[in-house]
Amino acid sequence: MIGLDALGVVSGLLPAAVAVHHALHRETRDWWRSAAFWALFAASLIAGPWLPDVANGMIVLAMVALATAGLRPAPVRTTSAAERAATAKRLGSRLFLPALCIPAVTLAGTLLLPDGKVAGVALIDPKQVTLVSLAAGAIVALGLAIRLTAAPRSAPAAEARRLTDAIGWAMILPQMLAALGGIFAAANVGQWIAMGATTIMPLDIPFAAVLAYCLGMALFTIVMGNAFAAFPIMTAGIGLPFLIHHFGGNPAPVAALGMLSGFCGTLMTPMAANFNIVPVAALELRDRHAVIRAQIPTALILLGVNIAIMALSVLPGTPR
Amino acid sequence: MLVLSGIVIIVIGFALGINPLLVVTIAAFASALAAGHGPIEVIGMIGKAFVDGRFLAVAWLALPTIGLLERAGLRDHARGLVQRLRGATTGRVLLGYLALRQLTAALGLTSLGGHVQMVRPIVAPMAEGAAERGDPTALDPETRDTIRANAAAVDNIGLFFGEDVFIAIGSILLIRAVLEQNGIIVAPLHVAVWAIPTAIAAFLVHGTRLLLFDRRLKARRQ
Repeated sequence: MIGLDALGVVSGLLPAAVAVHHALHRETRDWWRSAAFWALFAASLIAGPWLPDVANGMIVLAMVALATAGLRPAPVRTTSAAERAATAKRLGSRLFLPALCIPAVTLAGTLLLPDGKVAGVALIDPKQVTLVSLAAGAIVALGLAIRLTAAPRSAPAAEARRLTDAIGWAMILPQMLAALGGIFAAANVGQWIAMGATTIMPLDIPFAAVLAYCLGMALFTIVMGNAFAAFPIMTAGIGLPFLIHHFGGNPAPVAALGMLSGFCGTLMTPMAANFNIVPVAALELRDRHAVIRAQIPTALILLGVNIAIMALSVLPGTPR
Repeated sequence: MLVLSGIVIIVIGFALGINPLLVVTIAAFASALAAGHGPIEVIGMIGKAFVDGRFLAVAWLALPTIGLLERAGLRDHARGLVQRLRGATTGRVLLGYLALRQLTAALGLTSLGGHVQMVRPIVAPMAEGAAERGDPTALDPETRDTIRANAAAVDNIGLFFGEDVFIAIGSILLIRAVLEQNGIIVAPLHVAVWAIPTAIAAFLVHGTRLLLFDRRLKARRQ
């Protein structure tokens, strides 16, 4: 059955190709750092599930060391502006097709194979249908892009490396932060924060309890980088005992708006690397917090909106 | 109390601009050691959690395709397409993408977007193209970066405040599961309905900010 292990192997082919490309095109003295970094990432994705935990940990530490020392890749030769203008003129909006093929195949797979069965055979792990469809979409799109642009044989690996180098170590940051979140959870960091919020705020006043829950969700998410990690702990600490049981708040709006307050936190934290740091790398911005800066005003206003809506739905006299 | 040292390290490390991978690693060690785990055990914990998160790497498989399309001039085409539209401004282009992203996410189509697949090759070049109006020297690097950052922000805001309106999304399922553990049964639709007011507010607030952004860009040009 195609599941997470198979997905890891397919995903590992990309950094593996990038590592080989670095090893074959040694243009700077530091080529080995990039080659080693991407080879380690590939090894972790492909072989990780079969290696002992400590070996996987050592791979991660080696990648962190290489990234801290600096990868310093050589730039990859690509087309000139004039060449691009010419092909863009010739191909026109057909260039959008392979890019749109990725979400199209992802959607089709998710909608058509909800239980992962193809012709009655359990082919795909039902929990991974969307990710498997995404990987399939990426492969189909690559084939389309190669045919459409009549790319030379060397181009796919070179272009993959150009973008991979541009994003650089930020590519493994989401996985690192997920690991940190797991360790914070194992060390009970969450309970400490929930305890802090309950001791500081006068939770017997309805509005203060609403404030503590929403701000707690946002703050906790800023720390953990993930509203999903904050939600169970803040809801068990404040949402359920105070807002729902004590004040009789309607559970649906309390929980929904609590989660949305967490999303406001996600918009304001570098810990949510996938959303806030990866685009900085992907768009080659110089200020690491540029995306967060663009989001903070909206996030703060919406946090206020969430607090107001929740207060209105919890205060006595509102329809249940 | 010492388990919180990880958070302090994160805050200081990020503020000082130290490589985030290093900061995160040190923070993980600090909190885990404070919680009584041995150093070798911590290395194993990091390794296991990193491998468990490998599904996050699947999205990178789009890179070769995007690279090839950029090589063939996708960004240039996206930029040119917008410049042929009269009345297209950076703010309006981004407002259109915000609406599209929010609506599709609300229908559960969250994969229609993303920083690598959509923002870098298509949305950001369109937003830049609308600002430069055929004169690539019209934008200083600062302005170009701000436009790109705003394009990325629109993708996030549209996704976050759209997806919760869809009943089968992860966050709604988590809400249901947490409440159910505590003996409260809620219908997914009931929870999703309460995401609608915030979704509308998000569109109005961020949409207004995008139109104000247009004014700032105009003022900067003069």
